[in-house]
Amino acid sequence: MVPLEHVIGLSAILFGIGTVGALTRRNLIVILMSIELMLNAVNLAFVGFSRAWGSLDGQIFVLMVITVAAAEVAVGLGIVIALFRNRESINVEDVSLLRW
Amino acid sequence: MSEAVFFYFFAFLAVASALGMVLNLRNTVAAAMSLVVTMVALGAIYVLLEAHLIAVIQIMVYAGAIVVLFLFVVMLLNLRQDAFPPPRQRVVKGLGVLLAAAVCVAFLGALPGTLPDAAVTPEGFGGYREVGRVLFTDFVLPFEVTSLLLLAAMVGSVVLAKRSLD
Repeated sequence: MVPLEHVIGLSAILFGIGTVGALTRRNLIVILMSIELMLNAVNLAFVGFSRAWGSLDGQIFVLMVITVAAAEVAVGLGIVIALFRNRESINVEDVSLLRW
Repeated sequence: MSEAVFFYFFAFLAVASALGMVLNLRNTVAAAMSLVVTMVALGAIYVLLEAHLIAVIQIMVYAGAIVVLFLFVVMLLNLRQDAFPPPRQRVVKGLGVLLAAAVCVAFLGALPGTLPDAAVTPEGFGGYREVGRVLFTDFVLPFEVTSLLLLAAMVGSVVLAKRSLD
């Protein structure tokens, strides 16, 4: 059995990489992919804790997160297509009307 | 012992391909392929953590459905090479990286001495039988609400992707 610390550490590293992608990239599709990566990091933490406590509740949570991720990608990519149709661009710097 | 070797191998693979996805500035298709490698490596780690059903669903839903959806959209949009000119706001980018590093360090710093040892798991832990039993008894309401979420997402994506609302 791998120590739980290392599983959660891997989860934190993947979450950090996903955060960097979501904050610094300007391609909307890559930003969505980075958010998927962050959700996956959280799933890994859930599975690790589920194994450590010998309880299946964490794995049920992972199922729910996967469902939400699939729904989010479907709607998010629908928005990307609608945006591209209107602006001919998926660069987030071209969609800054609501930015302060 | 071999379990640890497998874990560190797949952990390294997951981190390397995640970095490949985030740092790949030119090719969105290659970024999506890196994401597939990350998903499959995480699926392998789920097997090591005795989450067999989750591992199968991870491969099917993420590598099989979500990334394919990404690839479809990338090819549908057919972006020009110069769609993303060099960044103007380097300071903001640096702040983003710093913030992400701070989150990472905060998580890692909170780790030592607070985590339990691995529990002894019963026979069939994480298999479809045990997960299904919990899912359809203790968590049956969230499970049913999930169907509502999927319906809403389905209607929403059809409405968004329609050419015009007339």
